[in-house]
Amino acid sequence: MHELAVTEGMLKVVLRHAEMNKAKRVVGITLRIGEMSDIVDEWLKRYFDYLSRGTIAEGAQIIIERSPAVFSCGDCGAEYIVNLKAKDKFSCPECGANNVELISGREFLVQDLQVV
Amino acid sequence: MDNIRLIDIREEILSDNQNLANDIRSKLRDNQVFMLNLMSSPGSGKTSLIVETIRRLKDELRIGVIEGDIDSLVDSEKIVAEGVPAVQLRTGGACHLDAPMIETALESMDLKTVDLIIIENVGNLVCPAEFDTGATKRAMILSVPEGDDKVLKYPLMFSVCDALVVNKIDYLALSDFNQDLLKERAKMLNREIEIMAVSCRTGEGLDHWCQWLRNEVMNYRNRL
Repeated sequence: MHELAVTEGMLKVVLRHAEMNKAKRVVGITLRIGEMSDIVDEWLKRYFDYLSRGTIAEGAQIIIERSPAVFSCGDCGAEYIVNLKAKDKFSCPECGANNVELISGREFLVQDLQVV
Repeated sequence: MDNIRLIDIREEILSDNQNLANDIRSKLRDNQVFMLNLMSSPGSGKTSLIVETIRRLKDELRIGVIEGDIDSLVDSEKIVAEGVPAVQLRTGGACHLDAPMIETALESMDLKTVDLIIIENVGNLVCPAEFDTGATKRAMILSVPEGDDKVLKYPLMFSVCDALVVNKIDYLALSDFNQDLLKERAKMLNREIEIMAVSCRTGEGLDHWCQWLRNEVMNYRNRL
């Protein structure tokens, strides 16, 4: 639902870095977004096409890399991926403990740019 | 043809919002003001919890409220009726509040005259979780009729909050809501989250909630 605001933020970051690096045009943008974020890729791309019109990032290809939700078990030390979409249990699959911690899956980054 | 260059950035997508949120936090610190960002689904009892909190704490803390509800003055009228200042943000169809909106609201508030600001965010368990408003702490409400499985559906919200208020526990007898299961799941996503069961209708548990909030405000001030 908040893809428009997210895309606006992302475009600002992209244009700022493109300018700093004296780029003539941005041809590719890689985002790293954790599975914890409810971002619909399709909407983000559509809003980007709309918002980037007339900027040096117009027409850039957006690649969204998803980082899985990874938990770490405080009892046995196992690290495991939880499929949030399938509503997997969060507890440790190795020893069954609930003493676990989310260690990855909240990334929300502009990873890199491809510019000319 | 020009060569394509790869520029490594690794910057937060919402870094502009994040920077402004940090500025807001430092401005609040300068004025010794604690700000709470209260989030939940529509109808889970944000306004009721704020009203009950004001009634219990207004003699010890000077409270102000920022209302982010969608184009309606109903909520802020309820707050003003309690004798505390409220700023109504006209958010139109926005699904969340962000730092620029809170900055605007704070401009129309005299920070020298408040100790505690409560933000009533837009009713939504998805978008508000992603945006830092500059608040000191974040709290969420989950009401019993919504079901105990919401941790699985909206994990981000549960993972970013400092407190989880389980409201409408007077409905427990009418439902199969499992409080233990909710606690277990919420703690797995967020070990530090403080979970409190309340009923804004009967008043049960509200003293516990107010004690938590009072402690947070006092600890914050002692650290300044």
